[in-house]
Amino acid sequence: MKKHKKNRNVAIIGIGQTHHSSHREDVNQPEMIHEAVERALKDAGIGIEDVDALVHGNMELFEMVHQPDLWHVIGTGGYGKACYRVTTGGTTGATIVGVGDNIVASGLHDIVMIIGFEKQQEGHTTGGITNMADPLWARNLQTGALTGATAEKTINEFGADRAKRAAMRLRVTLDKHASLNPHAHRNFGLDYDQIDDLMVNSPQLVGELRLIHMCSQSDGAVAIILACEEKAKKISKKPVWIRDHVTVHREETFNMFGINENQEVTHHNAARKLFGRNGITNPREYFDVFEMYDPSSWWGLDWLREFLQLEGDEHLKMVENDEVSINGSFPLNPSGGVISTNPIGATAALRVAEAALQVRGDAGAHQIPREVKHALASGFGGTFWTVLFMLEKDLDWQEAE
Amino acid sequence: MTEENKHCYIKEGKLALPYQYFAGRVGSKFLVSLRDKKKILGVKCEKCGKVFIPPRKTCERCFEDISEKWVELSNEGEVTNFTVVRTDDKHHPRKAPYVLAMIKLGGADTPIAHILGGVDPDSVKTGMKVKAVFADKAVNTMLQIDRFEPVN
Repeated sequence: MKKHKKNRNVAIIGIGQTHHSSHREDVNQPEMIHEAVERALKDAGIGIEDVDALVHGNMELFEMVHQPDLWHVIGTGGYGKACYRVTTGGTTGATIVGVGDNIVASGLHDIVMIIGFEKQQEGHTTGGITNMADPLWARNLQTGALTGATAEKTINEFGADRAKRAAMRLRVTLDKHASLNPHAHRNFGLDYDQIDDLMVNSPQLVGELRLIHMCSQSDGAVAIILACEEKAKKISKKPVWIRDHVTVHREETFNMFGINENQEVTHHNAARKLFGRNGITNPREYFDVFEMYDPSSWWGLDWLREFLQLEGDEHLKMVENDEVSINGSFPLNPSGGVISTNPIGATAALRVAEAALQVRGDAGAHQIPREVKHALASGFGGTFWTVLFMLEKDLDWQEAE
Repeated sequence: MTEENKHCYIKEGKLALPYQYFAGRVGSKFLVSLRDKKKILGVKCEKCGKVFIPPRKTCERCFEDISEKWVELSNEGEVTNFTVVRTDDKHHPRKAPYVLAMIKLGGADTPIAHILGGVDPDSVKTGMKVKAVFADKAVNTMLQIDRFEPVN
Protein backbone atom coordinates (compact mmCIF):
# COMPACT_ATOMS: atom_id res chain seq x y z
CA MET A 1 0.00 0.00 0.00
CA LYS A 2 1.17 3.51 -0.83
CA LYS A 3 2.68 5.30 2.15
CA HIS A 4 0.79 8.27 3.48
CA LYS A 5 2.54 11.59 2.96
CA LYS A 6 1.36 14.99 4.13
CA ASN A 7 2.20 18.24 2.41
CA ARG A 8 3.24 19.59 5.81
CA ASN A 9 2.81 18.49 9.40
CA VAL A 10 -0.16 19.61 11.48
CA ALA A 11 -0.44 19.70 15.26
CA ILE A 12 -3.16 20.25 17.83
CA ILE A 13 -2.01 23.23 19.92
CA GLY A 14 -5.16 24.18 21.85
CA ILE A 15 -8.16 22.37 23.32
CA GLY A 16 -11.22 23.79 25.06
CA GLN A 17 -14.54 22.26 26.00
CA THR A 18 -17.62 23.26 27.98
CA HIS A 19 -19.16 21.30 30.76
CA HIS A 20 -21.65 18.97 29.09
CA SER A 21 -25.18 18.77 30.38
CA SER A 22 -28.73 17.91 29.36
CA HIS A 23 -29.61 21.62 29.46
CA ARG A 24 -27.87 24.97 29.55
CA GLU A 25 -30.51 27.62 30.25
CA ASP A 26 -27.83 30.07 31.40
CA VAL A 27 -26.40 30.56 27.91
CA ASN A 28 -27.62 30.82 24.35
CA GLN A 29 -25.87 29.04 21.49
CA PRO A 30 -23.08 31.56 20.71
CA GLU A 31 -22.44 32.06 24.42
CA MET A 32 -22.05 28.32 24.99
CA ILE A 33 -19.71 28.00 22.02
CA HIS A 34 -17.71 30.99 23.23
CA GLU A 35 -16.87 29.15 26.46
CA ALA A 36 -15.10 26.43 24.46
CA VAL A 37 -13.45 28.95 22.12
CA GLU A 38 -12.11 31.01 25.01
CA ARG A 39 -10.71 27.92 26.77
CA ALA A 40 -9.03 26.65 23.58
CA LEU A 41 -7.37 30.04 22.95
CA LYS A 42 -6.20 30.18 26.55
CA ASP A 43 -4.92 26.62 26.33
CA ALA A 44 -2.94 27.50 23.19
CA GLY A 45 -1.77 30.81 24.65
CA ILE A 46 -2.89 32.80 21.62
CA GLY A 47 -5.60 35.35 20.81
CA ILE A 48 -8.43 35.15 18.32
CA GLU A 49 -6.41 37.52 16.10
CA ASP A 50 -3.84 34.73 15.62
CA VAL A 51 -6.45 32.36 14.14
CA ASP A 52 -6.66 32.43 10.34
CA ALA A 53 -9.79 30.39 9.74
CA LEU A 54 -12.67 28.63 11.48
CA VAL A 55 -14.40 25.35 10.72
CA HIS A 56 -17.83 25.17 12.37
CA GLY A 57 -19.90 22.03 12.58
CA ASN A 58 -23.00 20.53 14.08
CA MET A 59 -25.70 18.03 13.22
CA GLU A 60 -27.83 19.55 10.51
CA LEU A 61 -31.14 21.04 11.76
CA PHE A 62 -30.88 19.69 15.31
CA GLU A 63 -31.42 23.19 16.71
CA MET A 64 -33.83 24.15 13.92
CA VAL A 65 -31.49 27.03 13.13
CA HIS A 66 -30.59 27.92 9.57
CA GLN A 67 -26.91 28.75 8.96
CA PRO A 68 -25.91 28.56 12.64
CA ASP A 69 -22.32 29.43 11.74
CA LEU A 70 -23.48 32.94 10.84
CA TRP A 71 -25.59 33.42 13.98
CA HIS A 72 -22.70 32.18 16.04
CA VAL A 73 -20.06 34.66 14.85
CA ILE A 74 -20.72 36.63 18.05
CA GLY A 75 -19.29 33.72 20.02
CA THR A 76 -16.90 32.05 17.59
CA GLY A 77 -14.72 35.03 16.74
CA GLY A 78 -15.30 34.44 13.04
CA TYR A 79 -15.65 38.15 12.22
CA GLY A 80 -13.56 38.88 9.14
CA LYS A 81 -12.06 35.40 8.98
CA ALA A 82 -12.31 32.56 6.49
CA CYS A 83 -15.10 30.36 7.86
CA TYR A 84 -16.36 26.98 6.77
CA ARG A 85 -19.50 25.16 7.83
CA VAL A 86 -19.40 21.38 7.69
CA THR A 87 -22.09 18.86 8.59
CA THR A 88 -21.77 15.11 8.15
CA GLY A 89 -24.29 13.85 10.72
CA GLY A 90 -22.90 12.27 13.88
CA THR A 91 -19.47 12.18 12.27
CA THR A 92 -19.40 16.00 11.98
CA GLY A 93 -17.00 16.51 14.89
CA ALA A 94 -14.41 14.25 13.31
CA THR A 95 -14.97 15.65 9.83
CA ILE A 96 -14.33 19.23 11.00
CA VAL A 97 -11.01 18.14 12.54
CA GLY A 98 -10.26 16.40 9.23
CA VAL A 99 -11.09 19.57 7.30
CA GLY A 100 -8.86 21.57 9.65
CA ASP A 101 -6.07 19.03 9.22
CA ASN A 102 -6.40 19.24 5.43
CA ILE A 103 -6.54 23.02 5.11
CA VAL A 104 -3.52 23.47 7.38
CA ALA A 105 -1.58 20.64 5.69
CA SER A 106 -2.38 22.10 2.28
CA GLY A 107 -0.75 25.40 3.17
CA LEU A 108 -3.98 27.37 2.77
CA HIS A 109 -4.05 28.46 6.42
CA ASP A 110 -1.46 28.25 9.21
CA ILE A 111 -3.72 28.30 12.27
CA VAL A 112 -7.27 26.97 12.16
CA MET A 113 -9.83 26.59 14.94
CA ILE A 114 -12.45 23.89 14.63
CA ILE A 115 -15.67 24.25 16.62
CA GLY A 116 -18.17 21.46 17.21
CA PHE A 117 -21.33 22.06 19.21
CA GLU A 118 -24.83 20.89 19.90
CA LYS A 119 -27.56 22.42 22.03
CA GLN A 120 -30.09 19.69 21.62
CA GLN A 121 -32.55 20.91 24.21
CA GLU A 122 -33.37 23.89 21.99
CA GLY A 123 -34.31 21.93 18.92
CA HIS A 124 -35.92 18.66 18.08
CA THR A 125 -33.52 15.93 17.02
CA THR A 126 -36.25 13.92 15.32
CA GLY A 127 -36.79 16.83 12.92
CA GLY A 128 -33.18 16.56 11.78
CA ILE A 129 -33.00 12.77 11.77
CA THR A 130 -36.29 12.19 9.98
CA ASN A 131 -34.93 14.22 7.09
CA MET A 132 -32.42 11.40 6.55
CA ALA A 133 -35.27 9.33 5.14
CA ASP A 134 -36.77 9.66 1.71
CA PRO A 135 -40.56 9.61 2.06
CA LEU A 136 -41.12 9.07 -1.64
CA TRP A 137 -39.57 5.62 -1.37
CA ALA A 138 -41.62 4.55 1.63
CA ARG A 139 -39.24 5.46 4.45
CA ASN A 140 -41.54 7.72 6.41
CA LEU A 141 -39.64 7.83 9.66
CA GLN A 142 -36.01 7.39 10.63
CA THR A 143 -35.13 6.76 14.25
CA GLY A 144 -31.38 7.32 14.17
CA ALA A 145 -29.01 5.27 16.26
CA LEU A 146 -31.49 3.05 18.12
CA THR A 147 -30.94 -0.47 16.85
CA GLY A 148 -30.93 -3.86 18.49
CA ALA A 149 -29.24 -5.55 15.54
CA THR A 150 -25.70 -5.56 16.96
CA ALA A 151 -26.95 -6.99 20.26
CA GLU A 152 -28.72 -9.76 18.38
CA LYS A 153 -25.67 -10.47 16.23
CA THR A 154 -23.35 -10.62 19.24
CA ILE A 155 -25.77 -12.85 21.18
CA ASN A 156 -26.08 -15.21 18.22
CA GLU A 157 -22.33 -15.46 17.92
CA PHE A 158 -21.26 -15.78 21.55
CA GLY A 159 -24.37 -16.86 23.46
CA ALA A 160 -26.80 -14.64 25.36
CA ASP A 161 -25.19 -14.71 28.79
CA ARG A 162 -21.61 -14.03 27.71
CA ALA A 163 -22.60 -11.35 25.19
CA LYS A 164 -24.94 -9.48 27.55
CA ARG A 165 -22.42 -9.69 30.36
CA ALA A 166 -19.60 -8.30 28.19
CA ALA A 167 -21.71 -5.39 26.88
CA MET A 168 -22.80 -4.49 30.41
CA ARG A 169 -19.27 -4.85 31.78
CA LEU A 170 -18.10 -2.37 29.15
CA ARG A 171 -20.96 -0.06 30.16
CA VAL A 172 -19.92 -0.14 33.81
CA THR A 173 -16.24 0.36 32.93
CA LEU A 174 -17.04 3.48 30.89
CA ASP A 175 -19.28 4.81 33.65
CA LYS A 176 -16.32 4.49 36.00
CA HIS A 177 -14.21 6.43 33.50
CA ALA A 178 -16.89 9.13 33.18
CA SER A 179 -16.89 9.58 36.95
CA LEU A 180 -13.25 10.73 36.64
CA ASN A 181 -14.03 13.31 33.94
CA PRO A 182 -15.34 16.63 35.33
CA HIS A 183 -16.73 17.62 31.90
CA ALA A 184 -18.77 14.42 31.47
CA HIS A 185 -22.53 14.74 31.25
CA ARG A 186 -23.55 11.50 32.93
CA ASN A 187 -22.00 9.19 35.46
CA PHE A 188 -24.21 6.97 37.52
CA GLY A 189 -21.70 5.49 39.96
CA LEU A 190 -22.25 2.01 38.53
CA ASP A 191 -20.28 -0.97 39.77
CA TYR A 192 -19.60 -4.43 38.46
CA ASP A 193 -21.84 -6.12 41.06
CA GLN A 194 -24.82 -4.44 39.34
CA ILE A 195 -24.23 -6.19 36.02
CA ASP A 196 -26.73 -9.04 36.63
CA ASP A 197 -29.38 -6.60 37.77
CA LEU A 198 -28.89 -4.16 34.87
CA MET A 199 -28.93 -6.99 32.31
CA VAL A 200 -32.51 -7.73 33.36
CA ASN A 201 -33.93 -4.53 34.79
CA SER A 202 -32.69 -1.68 32.58
CA PRO A 203 -35.65 -0.82 30.29
CA GLN A 204 -35.46 -2.33 26.83
CA LEU A 205 -35.29 0.10 23.91
CA VAL A 206 -35.00 -2.30 20.97
CA GLY A 207 -34.45 -6.00 21.64
CA GLU A 208 -31.45 -6.33 23.97
CA LEU A 209 -30.44 -2.69 23.49
CA ARG A 210 -31.40 -1.29 26.88
CA LEU A 211 -31.63 2.27 28.14
CA ILE A 212 -28.42 1.96 30.14
CA HIS A 213 -26.54 0.82 27.00
CA MET A 214 -27.47 3.95 25.06
CA CYS A 215 -25.69 7.31 24.80
CA SER A 216 -27.11 10.55 26.15
CA GLN A 217 -28.43 13.64 24.45
CA SER A 218 -26.22 16.49 25.62
CA ASP A 219 -25.62 20.21 25.25
CA GLY A 220 -21.99 21.26 24.87
CA ALA A 221 -19.21 22.50 22.65
CA VAL A 222 -15.55 21.83 21.94
CA ALA A 223 -12.93 23.91 20.15
CA ILE A 224 -9.59 22.58 18.88
CA ILE A 225 -6.81 24.76 17.45
CA LEU A 226 -4.62 23.26 14.75
CA ALA A 227 -1.35 24.74 13.49
CA CYS A 228 1.28 23.99 10.88
CA GLU A 229 4.60 22.61 12.13
CA GLU A 230 6.45 25.91 12.03
CA LYS A 231 3.82 27.77 14.06
CA ALA A 232 3.06 24.83 16.34
CA LYS A 233 6.69 24.56 17.42
CA LYS A 234 6.79 28.30 18.16
CA ILE A 235 3.51 28.46 20.02
CA SER A 236 3.12 25.16 21.83
CA LYS A 237 5.25 23.34 24.37
CA LYS A 238 3.24 20.15 23.81
CA PRO A 239 1.99 19.97 20.24
CA VAL A 240 0.12 16.74 19.44
CA TRP A 241 0.75 15.68 15.86
CA ILE A 242 -2.03 14.53 13.60
CA ARG A 243 -0.14 11.81 11.79
CA ASP A 244 -2.98 10.81 9.51
CA HIS A 245 -6.73 10.55 9.23
CA VAL A 246 -8.98 8.57 6.94
CA THR A 247 -12.63 9.01 5.96
CA VAL A 248 -14.70 6.06 4.78
CA HIS A 249 -18.41 5.80 4.10
CA ARG A 250 -19.73 2.58 2.68
CA GLU A 251 -23.33 2.75 3.95
CA GLU A 252 -23.53 -0.99 4.45
CA THR A 253 -26.67 -0.64 6.57
CA PHE A 254 -28.60 0.24 3.42
CA ASN A 255 -28.97 -3.28 2.15
CA MET A 256 -30.82 -3.32 -1.13
CA PHE A 257 -30.19 -6.99 -1.75
CA GLY A 258 -30.18 -8.56 1.71
CA ILE A 259 -27.47 -8.62 4.34
CA ASN A 260 -24.11 -9.92 3.25
CA GLU A 261 -22.59 -11.40 6.40
CA ASN A 262 -19.13 -11.32 4.88
CA GLN A 263 -19.20 -7.69 3.84
CA GLU A 264 -16.42 -5.67 5.44
CA VAL A 265 -17.74 -3.17 7.98
CA THR A 266 -16.86 0.51 7.32
CA HIS A 267 -14.93 0.80 10.61
CA HIS A 268 -12.84 -2.25 9.70
CA ASN A 269 -12.18 -0.85 6.26
CA ALA A 270 -11.16 2.57 7.62
CA ALA A 271 -8.80 1.06 10.18
CA ARG A 272 -7.29 -1.36 7.65
CA LYS A 273 -6.54 1.53 5.28
CA LEU A 274 -5.16 3.84 7.97
CA PHE A 275 -2.96 1.19 9.57
CA GLY A 276 -1.85 -0.17 6.21
CA ARG A 277 -0.58 3.11 4.82
CA ASN A 278 1.16 3.94 8.09
CA GLY A 279 2.80 0.54 8.55
CA ILE A 280 0.91 -0.34 11.74
CA THR A 281 0.76 -4.13 11.87
CA ASN A 282 -0.44 -4.58 15.45
CA PRO A 283 -2.72 -1.68 16.46
CA ARG A 284 -3.47 -3.20 19.86
CA GLU A 285 0.23 -3.13 20.59
CA TYR A 286 0.96 0.19 18.93
CA PHE A 287 -1.73 2.48 20.35
CA ASP A 288 -1.62 3.52 24.00
CA VAL A 289 -5.21 4.74 24.11
CA PHE A 290 -8.32 4.66 21.94
CA GLU A 291 -11.08 7.28 22.12
CA MET A 292 -13.89 5.57 20.20
CA TYR A 293 -17.22 7.05 19.15
CA ASP A 294 -19.36 4.50 21.03
CA PRO A 295 -23.07 5.37 20.74
CA SER A 296 -24.04 2.23 22.65
CA SER A 297 -22.23 -0.42 24.65
CA TRP A 298 -23.17 -3.07 22.10
CA TRP A 299 -21.56 -1.04 19.36
CA GLY A 300 -18.59 -0.19 21.55
CA LEU A 301 -18.01 -3.89 22.14
CA ASP A 302 -18.47 -4.94 18.51
CA TRP A 303 -16.48 -2.04 17.07
CA LEU A 304 -13.45 -2.88 19.22
CA ARG A 305 -13.17 -5.95 17.03
CA GLU A 306 -13.64 -4.00 13.80
CA PHE A 307 -11.20 -1.20 14.52
CA LEU A 308 -8.50 -3.39 16.04
CA GLN A 309 -8.88 -6.02 13.28
CA LEU A 310 -9.42 -8.74 15.89
CA GLU A 311 -10.45 -12.33 15.26
CA GLY A 312 -12.88 -14.55 17.18
CA ASP A 313 -13.74 -13.47 20.72
CA GLU A 314 -10.64 -11.34 21.37
CA HIS A 315 -12.75 -8.20 21.80
CA LEU A 316 -14.92 -9.89 24.43
CA LYS A 317 -11.84 -11.06 26.28
CA MET A 318 -10.43 -7.52 26.27
CA VAL A 319 -13.54 -6.37 28.12
CA GLU A 320 -13.84 -9.43 30.36
CA ASN A 321 -10.19 -9.10 31.41
CA ASP A 322 -10.50 -5.34 32.02
CA GLU A 323 -7.84 -4.60 29.39
CA VAL A 324 -10.00 -1.67 28.25
CA SER A 325 -10.20 -0.03 31.65
CA ILE A 326 -8.15 3.08 32.39
CA ASN A 327 -5.57 0.95 34.21
CA GLY A 328 -5.61 -1.81 31.61
CA SER A 329 -3.22 -2.56 28.76
CA PHE A 330 -5.48 -0.93 26.13
CA PRO A 331 -7.54 1.87 27.74
CA LEU A 332 -10.75 2.60 25.85
CA ASN A 333 -12.45 5.99 26.30
CA PRO A 334 -10.85 7.13 29.57
CA SER A 335 -13.08 10.20 29.15
CA GLY A 336 -16.19 8.04 29.60
CA GLY A 337 -16.90 8.14 25.88
CA VAL A 338 -20.01 8.99 23.94
CA ILE A 339 -22.06 6.78 26.19
CA SER A 340 -21.59 9.40 28.93
CA THR A 341 -21.43 12.60 26.88
CA ASN A 342 -23.00 13.24 23.49
CA PRO A 343 -23.39 16.83 22.25
CA ILE A 344 -23.56 15.38 18.75
CA GLY A 345 -21.77 17.95 16.59
CA ALA A 346 -19.03 18.10 19.24
CA THR A 347 -18.99 14.39 20.09
CA ALA A 348 -16.55 13.13 17.47
CA ALA A 349 -14.29 16.18 17.92
CA LEU A 350 -14.24 15.40 21.64
CA ARG A 351 -12.77 11.98 20.81
CA VAL A 352 -9.82 13.70 19.09
CA ALA A 353 -9.58 16.33 21.85
CA GLU A 354 -9.61 13.73 24.63
CA ALA A 355 -7.08 11.54 22.80
CA ALA A 356 -4.81 14.60 22.39
CA LEU A 357 -5.14 15.46 26.10
CA GLN A 358 -4.01 11.91 26.89
CA VAL A 359 -0.97 12.33 24.61
CA ARG A 360 -0.13 15.60 26.35
CA GLY A 361 -0.63 14.07 29.78
CA ASP A 362 -3.16 16.80 30.57
CA ALA A 363 -6.35 14.77 30.99
CA GLY A 364 -6.38 15.26 34.75
CA ALA A 365 -8.19 12.66 36.85
CA HIS A 366 -8.89 10.49 33.81
CA GLN A 367 -5.29 10.55 32.56
CA ILE A 368 -4.17 6.96 31.98
CA PRO A 369 -1.35 6.09 34.36
CA ARG A 370 1.45 5.61 31.83
CA GLU A 371 3.06 7.51 28.99
CA VAL A 372 0.83 7.96 25.93
CA LYS A 373 2.77 8.29 22.69
CA HIS A 374 0.29 7.00 20.14
CA ALA A 375 -3.47 7.61 20.23
CA LEU A 376 -6.38 6.54 18.07
CA ALA A 377 -9.68 8.44 17.82
CA SER A 378 -12.78 7.61 15.79
CA GLY A 379 -15.91 9.36 14.60
CA PHE A 380 -19.13 7.70 13.51
CA GLY A 381 -22.42 8.85 12.10
CA GLY A 382 -25.32 8.27 9.79
CA THR A 383 -25.49 4.89 8.18
CA PHE A 384 -21.79 4.29 8.70
CA TRP A 385 -19.58 7.23 7.99
CA THR A 386 -16.26 6.73 9.70
CA VAL A 387 -13.36 9.09 10.32
CA LEU A 388 -10.33 7.66 12.09
CA PHE A 389 -7.40 9.68 13.47
CA MET A 390 -3.86 8.76 14.48
CA LEU A 391 -2.23 11.17 16.93
CA GLU A 392 1.44 11.15 17.89
CA LYS A 393 3.45 12.66 20.73
CA ASP A 394 6.70 12.82 18.77
CA LEU A 395 7.38 13.87 15.24
CA ASP A 396 9.52 10.80 14.63
CA TRP A 397 7.57 8.51 12.34
CA GLN A 398 8.72 10.05 9.09
CA GLU A 399 12.38 9.17 9.61
CA ALA A 400 11.35 5.61 10.29
CA GLU A 401 9.72 5.32 6.89
CA MET B 1 -49.86 21.35 -15.96
CA THR B 2 -47.45 21.54 -18.84
CA GLU B 3 -46.26 18.71 -21.02
CA GLU B 4 -42.86 18.84 -19.24
CA ASN B 5 -44.13 18.13 -15.72
CA LYS B 6 -46.98 15.81 -16.59
CA HIS B 7 -46.67 12.48 -14.70
CA CYS B 8 -44.08 13.90 -12.29
CA TYR B 9 -45.31 12.69 -8.91
CA ILE B 10 -45.05 14.52 -5.62
CA LYS B 11 -45.41 13.03 -2.14
CA GLU B 12 -46.97 15.53 0.24
CA GLY B 13 -45.44 15.55 3.73
CA LYS B 14 -45.62 17.52 6.93
CA LEU B 15 -43.20 17.76 9.85
CA ALA B 16 -44.01 19.19 13.26
CA LEU B 17 -40.98 21.17 14.44
CA PRO B 18 -41.24 22.01 18.12
CA TYR B 19 -38.24 23.92 19.44
CA GLN B 20 -37.09 26.15 22.26
CA TYR B 21 -34.90 29.21 22.12
CA PHE B 22 -32.75 29.99 25.14
CA ALA B 23 -32.17 33.70 25.73
CA GLY B 24 -29.37 32.91 28.19
CA ARG B 25 -28.56 34.85 31.34
CA VAL B 26 -27.55 38.06 29.52
CA GLY B 27 -30.56 38.11 27.20
CA SER B 28 -32.88 37.29 30.08
CA LYS B 29 -31.62 40.21 32.18
CA PHE B 30 -32.42 42.52 29.26
CA LEU B 31 -35.97 41.12 29.00
CA VAL B 32 -36.60 41.36 32.75
CA SER B 33 -35.53 45.01 32.71
CA LEU B 34 -37.92 45.75 29.83
CA ARG B 35 -40.76 44.02 31.63
CA ASP B 36 -40.29 45.15 35.23
CA LYS B 37 -38.63 48.57 34.88
CA LYS B 38 -39.52 49.61 31.34
CA LYS B 39 -35.84 50.31 30.87
CA ILE B 40 -33.92 49.38 27.74
CA LEU B 41 -30.43 48.07 28.49
CA GLY B 42 -27.44 47.63 26.23
CA VAL B 43 -23.93 46.36 26.87
CA LYS B 44 -20.80 48.38 26.20
CA CYS B 45 -17.43 47.07 25.06
CA GLU B 46 -14.90 49.22 26.88
CA LYS B 47 -12.21 48.30 24.36
CA CYS B 48 -13.89 49.49 21.15
CA GLY B 49 -16.54 51.63 22.82
CA LYS B 50 -19.46 50.05 20.95
CA VAL B 51 -22.82 49.72 22.69
CA PHE B 52 -24.78 46.66 21.58
CA ILE B 53 -28.49 45.99 21.70
CA PRO B 54 -29.80 43.32 21.96
CA PRO B 55 -27.12 42.62 24.56
CA ARG B 56 -24.52 39.91 24.08
CA LYS B 57 -21.99 38.23 26.31
CA THR B 58 -18.99 38.95 24.11
CA CYS B 59 -17.91 41.75 21.78
CA GLU B 60 -17.49 39.85 18.56
CA ARG B 61 -14.72 42.18 17.36
CA CYS B 62 -12.62 42.55 20.52
CA PHE B 63 -13.57 39.24 22.18
CA GLU B 64 -14.04 41.10 25.49
CA ASP B 65 -16.49 39.69 28.04
CA ILE B 66 -19.06 42.50 28.24
CA SER B 67 -21.82 40.57 30.01
CA GLU B 68 -21.66 42.82 33.08
CA LYS B 69 -21.08 46.10 31.21
CA TRP B 70 -24.68 47.26 31.26
CA VAL B 71 -25.65 50.74 30.13
CA GLU B 72 -29.14 52.21 30.15
CA LEU B 73 -30.28 53.41 26.75
CA SER B 74 -32.79 56.11 25.94
CA ASN B 75 -36.35 55.00 25.27
CA GLU B 76 -36.16 57.33 22.28
CA GLY B 77 -34.25 57.00 19.07
CA GLU B 78 -34.36 57.56 15.35
CA VAL B 79 -35.44 55.56 12.32
CA THR B 80 -32.41 54.47 10.28
CA ASN B 81 -34.38 52.45 7.73
CA PHE B 82 -37.90 51.07 7.29
CA THR B 83 -40.28 49.09 5.14
CA VAL B 84 -44.06 49.13 4.83
CA VAL B 85 -45.71 45.70 5.15
CA ARG B 86 -48.67 45.80 2.79
CA THR B 87 -49.87 42.17 2.83
CA ASP B 88 -51.79 40.42 5.58
CA ASP B 89 -50.57 37.11 6.99
CA LYS B 90 -51.58 35.18 10.10
CA HIS B 91 -47.96 35.25 11.31
CA HIS B 92 -47.65 39.04 11.13
CA PRO B 93 -47.91 40.95 14.41
CA ARG B 94 -50.23 43.66 12.95
CA LYS B 95 -52.86 44.15 10.30
CA ALA B 96 -51.42 45.53 7.06
CA PRO B 97 -50.42 48.16 6.25
CA TYR B 98 -47.90 48.64 9.05
CA VAL B 99 -44.31 49.80 9.32
CA LEU B 100 -41.27 47.74 10.31
CA ALA B 101 -38.41 50.07 11.11
CA MET B 102 -34.76 49.87 12.10
CA ILE B 103 -34.44 52.12 15.13
CA LYS B 104 -31.20 53.36 16.69
CA LEU B 105 -31.85 54.28 20.31
CA GLY B 106 -30.05 57.12 22.02
CA GLY B 107 -26.78 55.70 23.42
CA ALA B 108 -26.71 52.61 21.18
CA ASP B 109 -24.45 51.83 18.23
CA THR B 110 -26.59 49.07 16.73
CA PRO B 111 -30.18 49.57 15.53
CA ILE B 112 -32.99 47.14 16.38
CA ALA B 113 -35.90 46.09 14.20
CA HIS B 114 -39.34 46.92 15.56
CA ILE B 115 -42.90 47.90 14.74
CA LEU B 116 -43.54 51.60 14.18
CA GLY B 117 -47.15 52.53 14.94
CA GLY B 118 -49.26 55.64 15.42
CA VAL B 119 -48.16 56.98 12.07
CA ASP B 120 -49.37 57.07 8.47
CA PRO B 121 -47.00 54.60 6.69
CA ASP B 122 -46.58 56.99 3.80
CA SER B 123 -45.27 59.76 6.05
CA VAL B 124 -42.42 57.75 7.66
CA LYS B 125 -38.94 59.08 6.92
CA THR B 126 -35.44 58.02 7.97
CA GLY B 127 -34.23 60.27 10.75
CA MET B 128 -37.72 60.41 12.26
CA LYS B 129 -37.62 60.63 16.08
CA VAL B 130 -39.50 57.79 17.78
CA LYS B 131 -40.12 56.50 21.32
CA ALA B 132 -40.81 53.07 22.80
CA VAL B 133 -44.33 52.14 23.98
CA PHE B 134 -44.18 49.22 26.40
CA ALA B 135 -46.64 46.32 26.54
CA ASP B 136 -49.04 46.26 29.49
CA LYS B 137 -48.65 42.54 30.09
CA ALA B 138 -45.60 40.27 30.50
CA VAL B 139 -44.49 39.12 27.05
CA ASN B 140 -40.85 38.17 27.76
CA THR B 141 -39.65 38.70 24.21
CA MET B 142 -38.60 41.79 22.23
CA LEU B 143 -42.35 42.51 21.97
CA GLN B 144 -42.20 43.56 25.63
CA ILE B 145 -41.74 46.83 23.72
CA ASP B 146 -45.15 46.76 22.05
CA ARG B 147 -44.20 49.30 19.36
CA PHE B 148 -42.46 52.56 18.69
CA GLU B 149 -44.35 55.76 17.95
CA PRO B 150 -43.30 59.18 16.68
CA VAL B 151 -42.16 61.49 19.50
CA ASN B 152 -44.65 64.21 18.58
